[in-house]
Amino acid sequence: MSRQLTRFTGLQRLLHWLMAVCIVAMLFIGIGMVSTTAPRYVPLLETHKTLGAVILLLALLRLGVRLVRGAPPLPASLPPLMRLGAILSHYALYALMIAMPLIGWAMLSAGDYPIVLYGGIRLPAILPQSDTLHTLLRSAHHWLALAFFALILLHLAAALFHALVRRDGVFEAMSPLPSRRGKH
Amino acid sequence: MVEPPMSPSRSFFASCVLIAVVVAAGAGAFAYTAGWLSPNRLTPAKLVDVLAPPGGPALGYRRNHAKGICFTGVFDSNGKGADLSVAQVFAPGSYPVVGRFNLATPSPNAADATVRVRGLGLQITTPDGGVWRSAMIDPPFFPVATPQAFYELQKASHSKDPEAMKSVVAAHPEIAAFGKWATTTPWTSSYAEDPYNGLNAFLFVDRAGVARAVRWSLRPVAEPVPIAPDELAKRGPNYLEQEITQRVAAAPQRWTMTVTVAESGDVTADPSKAWPAERRIVEVGTLVVQRIEAEADGPCREINFDPTILPKGISVSDDPFPAARSAAYARSYDRRTAEAKHYPRTSGSPKQ
Ligand code: HEM
Ligand code: HEM
Ligand code: HEM
Repeated sequence: MSRQLTRFTGLQRLLHWLMAVCIVAMLFIGIGMVSTTAPRYVPLLETHKTLGAVILLLALLRLGVRLVRGAPPLPASLPPLMRLGAILSHYALYALMIAMPLIGWAMLSAGDYPIVLYGGIRLPAILPQSDTLHTLLRSAHHWLALAFFALILLHLAAALFHALVRRDGVFEAMSPLPSRRGKH
Repeated sequence: MVEPPMSPSRSFFASCVLIAVVVAAGAGAFAYTAGWLSPNRLTPAKLVDVLAPPGGPALGYRRNHAKGICFTGVFDSNGKGADLSVAQVFAPGSYPVVGRFNLATPSPNAADATVRVRGLGLQITTPDGGVWRSAMIDPPFFPVATPQAFYELQKASHSKDPEAMKSVVAAHPEIAAFGKWATTTPWTSSYAEDPYNGLNAFLFVDRAGVARAVRWSLRPVAEPVPIAPDELAKRGPNYLEQEITQRVAAAPQRWTMTVTVAESGDVTADPSKAWPAERRIVEVGTLVVQRIEAEADGPCREINFDPTILPKGISVSDDPFPAARSAAYARSYDRRTAEAKHYPRTSGSPKQ
């Protein structure tokens, strides 16, 4: 690459924001459905499984785009600890958006549940029935979801901190809006 | 753009407050959605907890209908259901079945004659990958009209306060009809002589896309022989499992599956109300139970007979029970699989 990027590409930004909405929705649907016995439990679970599968596909696509297109460098002014925090948290976010749907899929497989998505689309089982694996995956799905949400709040706080306090271009790099300064 | 004339420290402070407010609002919305701020919400965990006997649940077992025995067999479809639903299970043919005869008790050691309600869990799979699970019981209607009322009934039944039950019955008069059924219907001495009713209303969707509300039942081909509960008690606490094992070993046992079709005006959202007897009833096939296996080593223990697991062509209706049951059965399944080490796995080992 000859030119230093200052922003993520349009596709990367589109994927980021589309997935941000989907993932936040998934966390709310998930935590909401396990606390309800109302009729909406059934459509919520169906939506949860379907959207989860879509997120897995999008996450793999996004990872591919990231490997090919890279990312703009973080500002040189960023203190080393914040830089490390940014890099590690982004690794963790990528890991979770790929792991969570896989865990959901695997845990239903280990529980011998048929995995039926919206429109009757069926996913094959990826594990045989197993009490041990079901238990492990079921608690992983719960605890990692809580960790995921906490990390997203932190990520959100950091993004706003960059946008409002540091004003160092980090937010603009991922901003959903076209560049205001017209140069990128 | 002109920056507002603010001192950097004030703008720093205001920004930090804004960020804190946004994060707190996010966390608060999550906590609210999770029910952490709503102690009165009827959660699946509450529905499952309330089933536990006073001494606590039997670890590793189903939280209700804990005593049971596995069977395998086939569902022979005669093709008559195909006009009602596109589900492949109603096309003529023979489809593999896994199921479970059970007693409606949270205790795996309850003596047979102490449990009034008997049940049957059923899974039918079809070559197109469709899976149909159902859990049915022998009364012709459910004791209560709503999941909330079921919760209150269970709570009262474990309460030491003698008034608790009275007030639940007063608030849910439909329970009286169930009481009448329980005290007047003869008992039988065999799982093979009992009917099993789905009770909840589901929708069957036909080729033209028309959805009809239905309820299904299994009617025993074997002639029921009445027995007094104390006579049954004399035959031993686990007579039903011994009897069905011998009976099926001697010959396969059969039930006719019937589908009752609602007419407009029939209440579909309340399983405590049976539909009028003159409704159209379609005999769609025969359940043939060919082999009995102890639960400990049989194929039914690992299955959650969640009534919302349905093939294409069958879906939930406005009946609130299947959703509540699905949520609760999942919680029960989560717990019993997590406690699997407490469950005696080898056949012949005594249940404890
Ligand atoms: C909710 C509001 C969100 C805001 C305001 C936001 C903001 C941002 C910003 C400004 C960046 C650019 C950081 C940089 O320049 O390196 C970024 C990157 C990133 N965001 Fe978000 N984000 C949000 C939600 C999410 C969610 C829900 C996820 C879910 C996984 C997520 C995952 C990521 C990842 C993985 C990166 C790193 C991208 C890369 O290096 O390829 N974000 N975000
Ligand atoms: C980004 C992906 C996903 C996220 C963020 C997510 C999040 C959640 C959350 C927060 C819960 C509630 C956990 C609890 O408190 O116990 C949950 C439960 C659940 N999720 Fe996911 N999930 C994802 C993907 C999936 C996928 C792909 C599937 C299946 C194909 C799935 C199936 C389930 C199931 C079956 C439950 C439990 C329902 C119950 O027991 O009532 N999830 N999920
Ligand atoms: C809200 C009301 C209900 C609650 C909370 C409830 C709860 C439960 C639970 C927790 C289990 C154990 C599930 C497992 O671990 O696999 C169970 C099993 C069962 N329930 Fe229900 N139930 C309800 C309504 C009904 C109704 C309406 C029927 C009949 C039409 C029914 C019939 C059965 C049967 C037959 C089983 C045993 C299935 C098997 O062999 O696994 N239940 N119930």
